[in-house]
Amino acid sequence: MYDLIVIGGGPAGLAGACAAWEAGLRRILIVERDKELGGILNQCIHNGFGLHYFKEELTGPEYAGRFIEMLRDTGVEVRLDTMVLEVTDHRKVHMVGKDTGYRIEEARSILLAMGCRERTRGAIAIPGTRPAGIFTAGAAQRYVNMEGWLPGRRVVILGSGDIGLIMARRMTLEGAKVLACVEVMPYSGGLNRNIVQCLHDYDIPLYLSHTVTDIRGVDRVEQVVVSQVNDRRQPIPGTEMVFDCDTLLLSVGLIPENELTRQAGINIDPRTNGAVVWENMETSLPGVFASGNVAHVHDLVDFVTAESQRAGKAAARYVLEGEGETDFALEIVNGDGVSYTVPQHIRPGRVEKACDLFFRVNRVCGPSRIKVTSNGAQIAAFSRDYLAPGEMEHILLPRKLLDGASGTLTVSIEEVEAK
Amino acid sequence: MKELICIVCPKGCHLQVDEEHDYTVTGNSCPRGAEYGKAELTHPTRVVTSTVRCEGGAYPRCPVKTNGPIPKGEIFAAMALLDDITLTAPVRVGQVVVENVRDTGVDFVATRNM
Amino acid sequence: MYDVLIIGCGIVGAATAFELSKYQLRVGIVERENDVANGTTKANSAIIHAGYDPVPGSLMARLNVRGSALARELCAQLDVPYLACGSLVLGFSPEDNAHLEELYRRGVQNGVPGLALLTGDQARDLEPNLSPAVTAALHAPSAAICSPWEYCLALAETAVRNGAQLHLETAVTGLTPAEDGWRVETSRGVLEARYVVNAAGLDTQAVHEMAAPPAFTIHPSRGQYFLLDKSEGGRVGRVIFQCPNENGKGVLVAPTVHGNLIVGPNAEPVEGDDTATTSSGLAFVRETALRSVPSVEFRTSIRNFAGVRAVADTGDFIIQEAAPHFLDLAGICSPGLSAAPAIGEYAVELLGQAGLALERKADFTASRKRVRFRELPPEEKAKLAAEHPAYGRVICRCETVTEGEILDALASPIPPRSVDGVKRRAGAGLGRCQGGFCGPRVVELLAREQKRSPGDIPQDKAGSWLLACETKGGAR
Repeated sequence: MYDLIVIGGGPAGLAGACAAWEAGLRRILIVERDKELGGILNQCIHNGFGLHYFKEELTGPEYAGRFIEMLRDTGVEVRLDTMVLEVTDHRKVHMVGKDTGYRIEEARSILLAMGCRERTRGAIAIPGTRPAGIFTAGAAQRYVNMEGWLPGRRVVILGSGDIGLIMARRMTLEGAKVLACVEVMPYSGGLNRNIVQCLHDYDIPLYLSHTVTDIRGVDRVEQVVVSQVNDRRQPIPGTEMVFDCDTLLLSVGLIPENELTRQAGINIDPRTNGAVVWENMETSLPGVFASGNVAHVHDLVDFVTAESQRAGKAAARYVLEGEGETDFALEIVNGDGVSYTVPQHIRPGRVEKACDLFFRVNRVCGPSRIKVTSNGAQIAAFSRDYLAPGEMEHILLPRKLLDGASGTLTVSIEEVEAK
Repeated sequence: MKELICIVCPKGCHLQVDEEHDYTVTGNSCPRGAEYGKAELTHPTRVVTSTVRCEGGAYPRCPVKTNGPIPKGEIFAAMALLDDITLTAPVRVGQVVVENVRDTGVDFVATRNM
Repeated sequence: MYDVLIIGCGIVGAATAFELSKYQLRVGIVERENDVANGTTKANSAIIHAGYDPVPGSLMARLNVRGSALARELCAQLDVPYLACGSLVLGFSPEDNAHLEELYRRGVQNGVPGLALLTGDQARDLEPNLSPAVTAALHAPSAAICSPWEYCLALAETAVRNGAQLHLETAVTGLTPAEDGWRVETSRGVLEARYVVNAAGLDTQAVHEMAAPPAFTIHPSRGQYFLLDKSEGGRVGRVIFQCPNENGKGVLVAPTVHGNLIVGPNAEPVEGDDTATTSSGLAFVRETALRSVPSVEFRTSIRNFAGVRAVADTGDFIIQEAAPHFLDLAGICSPGLSAAPAIGEYAVELLGQAGLALERKADFTASRKRVRFRELPPEEKAKLAAEHPAYGRVICRCETVTEGEILDALASPIPPRSVDGVKRRAGAGLGRCQGGFCGPRVVELLAREQKRSPGDIPQDKAGSWLLACETKGGAR
């Protein structure tokens, strides 16, 4: 019997396991499907990680390396090259590995830290032929950075998510020609700094409000057709541009990987595609926690780390102190301008000093006020100069305010007139 | 007046740099933004991350970075230096892979253990 | 010198080769592509039709009903995923009801077992997600679903195991009558055969015209599909058809043997083998399908594809000796997958009538078994992983396909040459991430086991290169 089984050895799992160890758990197992710890960070060789957490700028492998070092000082057990197949009643975790075979391990608590996967061509139904040369940006990243192979020489990128932008620069540096980055929305899905240092630095044009409307080529991509879209995201006839290229990279969104979660009967929030969680990242199944990209897609690994540390600590508390009392719970309602929040519910009685609340907005906003109301009365407000769907927002709700609320908490955005 | 987006951190502040008044920066939220704004217009630099061949490790490539920023104009020349290098495992994070890249005083170093 | 050379290794060529390999014959198969099942066979609705649709007395009617009955046995024998889930044809109007009655009559005449006409409510009792607008339905319990490419692979592999020789990446360029049969010119030299079987799918017309005067025209007809995530797999339990009407043939919604939901096709004439999808075609499929099952969640789509059917201008299958010792198996559009084993049987019968000596082999082996790790109960998973550690290493996380299963595929009678070849055999990459995660690992396994450079491994067909060059100067 383990105190905690962590499913996934990427940044979420590593931080969660370390935090649970620090909080006093001793029988901890990390199950990782790859042959090493670190998850997707191992292929994210660019820098920009760790500014919040380590106060310095690290590459992905360095960031992962720091946590792997920290883990070495604990007694946390690690099983590599091992895939969790199922989580069944009483927190039984079924797993299979090349070295350890098929095992069923029982745990007092579980941290789901499986991360996310990329949306594919099929998910967005791009018409055209189906030649080779269409890769998700992350798959291309693995080929380039880990396997040492360039998947194409002339590249168009659909979607301006960060991985796509990073790959535009990376493939350019390895000698490929990146012809364009195409984004269906009127704003970029990635961080501004990446637009500057990955596109502008290399004169790669970014076409906002455009999308790929046809793929041509029998065996390998030969051309893609890009069209402007109207405000309903429908292609505008007559605006077609044809690019001669051999590769189309897709950076069109990430989906939390929650097949195990669903199978275990845990409630899923259709807005995040992750588990519905409480203030301590506990899911609808007591003792089962979720954090990192499996709970909701983050922009920055630093926030994954912080969230997973909270989850790891909460798992430890669950094991060491039991379930705890719940006097009342607040449901978070997405008000105007808000597309989701994490957590979705708060039990004020379980909040120590303050509760972290993460959310995304559903449109670009200038100077704005983030308003938190309960029963029509405003209980907190936060001002921001700029809000964008590509950038996750974070507010801290003090326990005192929560204790005074009841029923629901509504988070909404109110744009204020710029001075 | 020149408009820039700061790349120092993920915040991406919108900077205004006054070229006529000693590159005074406004719109930044931290001192590093002011530094960046001035440097970007006078001598822009970047940290370069890439890989080199590696034998005997878990993968055929080992990731590397410059351990400081190098002039933007040197990026492709610096990349070319990596083409002829083959490391042999074990490699330690921080190990120097190319010393004094293009006379910049900056080294390429490994960014993971292999 | 072959006794029989089959041109084309789709489901029709494979079924014919399978049937011929039961006899003491030298059987050859030439296939233009680098794998079997690489044309119409891999891109269709994956339905074994009950047989109420074809006009009584036609070849289609006879071979469909016979073929469907054979498919049930063959799929069990050759370990091909097959599920006798039944089908419903839906009616929404009095005209539809008349059509359903007509289908019922045809079905009875064709010998289809168990047909029943249902009211809308009876249909909804069977399939609760059907539209409230459904007023009647024809239930055919003998309809089934299968894995069409695995069906073809199983037949071809069994033929090869029983001595047939498969020449992949070998295109036929000419046919010349010879003293004792045919000289078959190919992209890899000349082959000789006493009998030639034309099972070239969309190219049957071209191959026919190499050997005989023009006799028929193939009109390629394209159909587009959505494949939806397994989360939608239970939306219906049966194949749900519509009646053909002025808006077209109707679109089906069906479970797949892999647990997904398939929706399609439309029907549109195209030039040659044009398997592109179009936004208008996909939109038509989506809207038409929602008439039958309004709750289908198209946002769970994991893949779109199109297949091209070889429709002959004669309105029926064309199965005849077109020149001495030259047999056409042409115009095999829907229900070709269902009819395939019966077409194979009938082809052998016709070759016999044309003088081919048919002596049964004593040692014909018609069984095939492969490991499907995901489907095993925990105890068996544990046993297998303990005995063979490669079954303990999951390569495709979406479909839980292990390294052991991929190694099995690589050691099979027709080893895969491409990433999609592995997908068709072992299932890696069929799932929701569409090979995003396992693709590089499959390339690594193919490269390692077949001693090839990763740069030489195609995604699918021979020209579908995946990787341009190594990094670190390869592109400069």
